[in-house]
Amino acid sequence: MNLLWLQSGGCGGCTLSWLGSEHGSLFRELADEGIELLWHPSLSEAGVDQARELIEQCADGRAAVDVLCIEGSLLRGPRGTGGFHRFGGGAQPMIDWVRRIAGRARHVVAIGSCSSWGGITAAGMNPTDACGLQYDGEASGGLLGPEFRDAAGLPVINVAGCPPHPDWITETLAALAHGKLRSEHLDDYGRPRFYADQLVHHGCPRNEYYEFKASASRHSEQGCLMEQLGCKGTQAHADCNQRLWNGEGSCLRGGYACIRCTDPGFEEPGHAFETTPKVAGIPIGLPADMPKAWFIALAALSKSATPARVRENAHSDHLLRAPSVKRSKR
Amino acid sequence: MTTRRVVGPFNRVEGDLEISLDISDGRVAAAYVNSPLYRGFEQILQGKLPADALVLVPRICGICSVAQSAASALALADAAGMVPPANGRLAANLSLAVENLADHLTHFYLFFMPDFARADYAGRPWHAAVVERFRATVGSAPNQMLPARARFMQMMGLLAGKWPHTLAVQPGGSTRPLQSSEIFRLHRTLREFREFLEAVSFGAKLEDVAAIASRKELEAWRRKAGGGDLRTFLTIAEDLDLWHLGRATDRFMSYGCYQEEERRLFPAGLWHGGALELDIAAIAEDISHAWYAAAGLPQHPAAGSTLPVAEKDGAYSWCKAPRLAGQVVETGALARQVVVGHPLARDMVDGGGSVAARVVARLLELALVLPAMERWLTELAPGEAWCVAAQFADETSGVGLIEAARGSLGHWLTVRRGRIHNYQIIAPTTWNFSPRDTAGQPGALEQALAGLPAGVSEALPAAIHHVVRSFDPCMVCTVH
Repeated sequence: MNLLWLQSGGCGGCTLSWLGSEHGSLFRELADEGIELLWHPSLSEAGVDQARELIEQCADGRAAVDVLCIEGSLLRGPRGTGGFHRFGGGAQPMIDWVRRIAGRARHVVAIGSCSSWGGITAAGMNPTDACGLQYDGEASGGLLGPEFRDAAGLPVINVAGCPPHPDWITETLAALAHGKLRSEHLDDYGRPRFYADQLVHHGCPRNEYYEFKASASRHSEQGCLMEQLGCKGTQAHADCNQRLWNGEGSCLRGGYACIRCTDPGFEEPGHAFETTPKVAGIPIGLPADMPKAWFIALAALSKSATPARVRENAHSDHLLRAPSVKRSKR
Repeated sequence: MTTRRVVGPFNRVEGDLEISLDISDGRVAAAYVNSPLYRGFEQILQGKLPADALVLVPRICGICSVAQSAASALALADAAGMVPPANGRLAANLSLAVENLADHLTHFYLFFMPDFARADYAGRPWHAAVVERFRATVGSAPNQMLPARARFMQMMGLLAGKWPHTLAVQPGGSTRPLQSSEIFRLHRTLREFREFLEAVSFGAKLEDVAAIASRKELEAWRRKAGGGDLRTFLTIAEDLDLWHLGRATDRFMSYGCYQEEERRLFPAGLWHGGALELDIAAIAEDISHAWYAAAGLPQHPAAGSTLPVAEKDGAYSWCKAPRLAGQVVETGALARQVVVGHPLARDMVDGGGSVAARVVARLLELALVLPAMERWLTELAPGEAWCVAAQFADETSGVGLIEAARGSLGHWLTVRRGRIHNYQIIAPTTWNFSPRDTAGQPGALEQALAGLPAGVSEALPAAIHHVVRSFDPCMVCTVH
C-alpha cells in the first residue's frame, strides 16, 4: 500500500508526534506493515521538481495513490480562493490539489484535528476560513462535502487529536493496509473506534481524587482537575491514559487539563481552557452518559466521605500522607 | 538575459517553502524567498483571555512547540510581574533543552544529511558509505536515530505530559511536580541519550567535542580515529568546501536562553566582527514586500499589526521582514554560540558564516547543553514549590524572548480590559527567510543564495539545497 502525505494549514505537529513512535524506527514499522511512503514533505528525499512532477501524476491519475493523508486544515480563504496556501512551486491553491487527489485515492485519511474538523486554525475569527476534509467543526461537509466516499465506500477517516498519538496514526494505516478497516470500525465522527471508544478518564492516575471530588485548585496540585481546572477527560474520546504518551505521559499526568482535543470545536470551548465553567457550583460539562441529578448526589456524598489522606494530598504537590498499612488480625 | 525560475515545494524543511531565482549567466542573480502559507494566529489571539494563549501558541509549530510555550509563558510572567520558583525554572529549561536537542538531531539526520546521498555526488570517495548511512527513510542512520530520539523524548512524558503541545510550561512554573524516583528515571534516560551521542554521533566524549576551540583543532580531531557521524560530515565539508558556501550577513543575534539563578546559560547579544549591544527596542517589522495592509513605517512588534491582503504590488511572501536597527541579522545555533563566545564558533565565522559552520554549531550544542541538563536535574528539589498562581491585571503588557533550536523567538503581548488586545510574534525563520524591506535589502537566505551556480532548466544544484537547509528553517513558525 502506498501513501501520499500532504500538509496544509497546520503546524506539522502530527508528523512530529508520529516520529516519536516507540516501536523501534517508524520507517521500519511502516515497512513491516507493507506501507510505502510515496512522498512525505518532511521525510522524503525527492524535492522540488521531482516532487512536483510526482504530485501532478497523482492528481491526474498517472500515479495511483492508495492512501492520501492530509495534515493541517484546508484553507478556503480569502473569499473562497484558497490563496492563503498555494502549494510551493506554483500558483495553484492547496485545496485544489487536495480535491483532485482525494477524488482518485483509494482512501483518504485526515491526520489530526485540523484536517478532521478545522481545529486550532479555525479558532477565533477563523481568519483563513479553515475547515476539515469532511467536517466544518461539528457540521458534516468541509472541503469534500458530506457525501464523499472513497472507492471502498468509506468516508474520510478522522485520526483526530492535537496532535494524534503516533500509534493512532500507524494502527489506522496498518488496518487499511491489511484491508481490515470497515465503516463499522469508525465512530459517528469518522474516528477509528479502537481509540475513540475510550474516554481519557479511563486509566487516569488521579482516579481516587475524582471518586471523592478531592479537587486541585491550583497548578501542580495532585487532586482531580475536573472540578476547578477545566479537565474534560470524563467526556473526551481517546485512550490517552491507557496508551501513554512519550513513555509515561498524558496531559492529566502532566498536571494539566484534558482540553478534549479529539473533538470538533475543542478550539472554542466558550470558557477559559483551564477553568471549569459552572452553573450554581455544578460543572457544565458532566461525565459522559451521567445523569445530572446522580452526579450532584454522588458528588455531595463522596465529598462528605473523603478520607483526610485524599483531601490533604489533593492540595499538595507531593504525598503528605501515605495510605495506611493494614496488618492482618490474629 | 535573466530568467525567473520558481523552485518548490522545498521539502525536508518544517512547513512550506518556495524560492524564486533570477538566473543570469548560469548564476543566481537574485533570490526571492516565499513563505506560501498563512494561518492568522495573531488575529486568532486577539480578544482571547491571556492564559488561553498557552493553548494556542504552541500549536503555531509542531517542532518548536515548547519554545512557543516558553516564550508565551515569559511574556505572560512579564505581564503579571512574576517569577517562577526554582523548580519551575529548571523544569522549563529541561523541557526546552529536550526539544532543542531533539530538533538538532532531527535536522541533522532527517532533513540535512540525506542530500549528500543524492546521485549528484556519485563518484565522490565518501558517496557509497553515505548512501548506506544517510539515505532518506532507508539509511542506517535515520533508523538508528529515531528510536534513540523517541527514548530521549520520554523525558518530555515525565516533564510535560507529552510532546508536542503541552500546557505544563506556565508563567508561574511547571504544572508537573517531580518526585525523586521520577528524577532518577530522567537521569537514566539522559544517560542513555549521552551514550547514543558519544557512540553514534561523535565517537567521542561530549566534553571532548565541547572543548574543540578552533577550526584547526576540529580538523585535527576529524583526522583522529573514533568514527561517528560528525566526522563523516566534516569529511564531506572539506571535500565540497562547505566552509565557503552560504555566507549571509555575518550579523549574528541571540536573545539568549536557559535561565539560571542569575543569568542565562547562553546570554543574549549581537555580534558583527565584535560584540555589540543588542537593543530590543530597535526591532521593527517591515511589510513592504509581504501580503499585509501597509501601516506606514516599519513597526516595533509591540505596536505591530497583521492584516492580510490577497493582492499587493511588489509583495511575494506571507513573511514579514524584521530588521534590527534597519539591519538584516542571522539567528540560530551558530549565532547563539558566536554570541556566547564559544571559541570554535567565533573561529568558524572568522571568514564569514557558512553551511558547515551552521551544521557544526548545532552538533556542538548537543555536546554543550546535555551536561547542563544533567546539572539541572540534580538541582531539582522535590517538596519545594513548582508553580505559583498567575494573576493578570486588566491593562498590562509583556515581552517573552527565548531561543528555539533554530534561533531567536519573541512574543509581544498587550492586554486591554482583561483580554488580549495585540499579540505579535517574530520567529527565528522570520529573520532568516525574510523577504526584502523598503530599502530593497534582501533577507539572510536571499543574500546567501545570490551568486550560486544554477541553470534555468537542469536539476537544481545540490549546493542550493545545502544552503537552504543549513538554516534549519521552520516555515510554520515563520508565518503563523
